[in-house]
Amino acid sequence: MNEMQFLTWVRGTGLNIALGIFLLGVIWRLIEIYGLGRKKDLSAPRNVSGASGWNTMFRRSVPPEGMLKKSPVSYIGGYIFHLGLFVVLFLFAPHIKFFESLLGISWPGLPSQFIDLVAVVTIAAMVVVLVDRINKPVKRYLSTFEDWFTWLVTFLPVLTGWMAVQHLLLPYTTMLALHILSVEILLIVLPFTKLFHAFTLWGSRWYNGQVNGHKGVAV
Amino acid sequence: MQGPLIDTLARQGVTRRTFFKYCATLASLMALPPSAGRAMAEAMAASPAAVKRPSVIWLPFQECTGCTESITRSHSPTIEGLIFDAISLDYQETLMAAAGHQAEEALHKAMKDNEGKYLLIVDGSIPLGLDGAYSCIAGKSNLETLKEVAKGAAAIVAMGSCAAFGGIPKANPNPTGAVSVSDVIKDKPIINIPGCPPIPVVMTGVLAHFLTFGSLPEMDSKGRPKAFYGETIHDRCYRRPFYDQGKFAKTFDDEGARKGWCLFELGCKGPVTYNACATVKWNGGTSWPVESGHGCLGCSEPDFWDAGGFYKALSMPADPLKMVSAAAAVGAAAGVAVSFANRAKKSAAKAGHETTTLADLEK
Repeated sequence: MNEMQFLTWVRGTGLNIALGIFLLGVIWRLIEIYGLGRKKDLSAPRNVSGASGWNTMFRRSVPPEGMLKKSPVSYIGGYIFHLGLFVVLFLFAPHIKFFESLLGISWPGLPSQFIDLVAVVTIAAMVVVLVDRINKPVKRYLSTFEDWFTWLVTFLPVLTGWMAVQHLLLPYTTMLALHILSVEILLIVLPFTKLFHAFTLWGSRWYNGQVNGHKGVAV
Repeated sequence: MQGPLIDTLARQGVTRRTFFKYCATLASLMALPPSAGRAMAEAMAASPAAVKRPSVIWLPFQECTGCTESITRSHSPTIEGLIFDAISLDYQETLMAAAGHQAEEALHKAMKDNEGKYLLIVDGSIPLGLDGAYSCIAGKSNLETLKEVAKGAAAIVAMGSCAAFGGIPKANPNPTGAVSVSDVIKDKPIINIPGCPPIPVVMTGVLAHFLTFGSLPEMDSKGRPKAFYGETIHDRCYRRPFYDQGKFAKTFDDEGARKGWCLFELGCKGPVTYNACATVKWNGGTSWPVESGHGCLGCSEPDFWDAGGFYKALSMPADPLKMVSAAAAVGAAAGVAVSFANRAKKSAAKAGHETTTLADLEK
C-alpha cells in the first residue's frame, strides 16, 4: 500500500468504519444514560436562589474561590486546550469542508496561520497538563490507564495535523493519512471512555444542579 | 540531422548563447551547481561524444500517446524539442517513418549496435493478465518486449504515470492486470517521470543529466527526480496565499474563482501532489491547470485515478458513508435493549426488597 492508497483508505473505508462505530456508540450510550431514569422526588421543592440546573451549568464552568490559585495548571491549562481544540477542530477551513460534507452546513473559517498558532498553544497546554499529572503525586495516584490513554488519543490528532501542515518528519500525504487515522481512533474510542463527557457534560451538570436545587442546595 | 547538437541548433536559428543560457537554466532547475550548466552544454553540444548521438529506444505499451504528444508538441520550436530531435531516436512507433518488420529491424539493430549503452524510454503500463495478451507488438507481449529490450539498456526512463505507476490502465478494477516498469524490471536503474502527461522540461532535464554525467539524477522514494518532484503543487501554488487566508472558490465560476482564490474546496489535489507544474508551467510557461481555473488532479502520484474523486476536497470522505445509518440504527436498538434490561434489573431489585422489622434487628 503506497501513501496515496493509505490516504484514500482512511478517507474512505476507515472513515466509514470509524464514523459508524462512533455513531453507534454515541446513540447507544445516550439512550442508555437518559433511559435510566430516577425516582420522582416527592418532597416539596425548596427554593434557594442560585440552586438550579442552569445555575450549576454556569457555576461549574468557573473555578470555585481559591481553587484557581491552588490548581492553576488544571484550570488554565484545561481551559486553553479545550478552547484550542474547539478552534482548531471547528474553524480550520478543511475541517469545515469535512463537516459540510457530512451535515450540509458550513460556516466561515479562520486564516490558517492563526489556526497554526492555536494548534501550537493547544499542544503546549496539553503537554503541560500531562506533565502536571505526572508530577503531582495526588493526580498521579488518581490516574488510571484510561486517563493516559484518552490523553494520547486526543493529543495525536492535534500533533499529526500540525505536523502535516508544517511538513515535519514525514511527507505531507503520509502525515495527513496518519492524522485522519488518529482522528478515527479518537472517534472509535470516544463513546466508550470518559471522553464521552463531550456529550454528557452539560446534561449531567444540569441534572446535578436540578436534583440538588430541589433540596435547596446550590452545588 | 547529423553532427554536433550545436550545429543543429544553429541551423534552427538558436544561438550558442541561447543554448548556454538554456543549459544554465536547466542546471539551476535541477538544483545543480552553476558549473553543471556548462558541463551540460559541453556534453550535449561540444564533446565528440555528441557527434554520435546517443541511441534512445522508446517503447509504447498500454498508453494513449499523450506523453509523446506532450514532448513533441511542447511549443514549437523549443529547445526541448530540438534536443529531443538531436538524440538518435532509433525506435518510436508514433514518430518513425518505418512500419512493420522494418520498424522491428530498426529496434533490433539499435539494440545490437548500442548494447549496454542505449537509453530505454517506456510509456504505458505493462499488462500481465491473460499472459500479456491485452497488448502485443509484432506478436510479442509487452512483458516479453520489455524484458528483452531492458536487458541491454544502460538505464530506463518510465515516461508518464502509466509506465511509472501503472496509471489509468491500472485504475480499479484493473482489467488487464496492468503494472509499472519497476514492477517488472528490478536490475536496471529506472527513473520515473510521472504525470499525465509529464512536463517536457522534466524529460529534457533528465535526458541532459544522463548525457552529461552518464547517470540518472537524484531521486525520491518513488524514483522521481527530486529536482522536479521535490515539492508539492500546493506549496508552490500562486493561489496558496488565499488558502492561508481561508479564501476559497466555491464553484468553478464564482467571484472567488475569478479572483484567483484557492481551489481546495473544488477538489484540488495540490497538497498531496509532487510535481513542478506550479513553477515550470505548461506550453512554454503560458499557464497550468490551476491557473486555468481547475484544481490539480494529482496525476503524478500513484493511483491518482482511484484517490476518491477529482471534485471532492481532500478533507472530505472519499466514499459515501454507507455504514452510518445502519450503525445509528444498531446503536439505537442496543441503547433501547440495554435500557429495558436496566429497567428490568431495577424492577427485580424493587420486587426482591425485603422489609426489615424491629424484630429482625433484635434477633
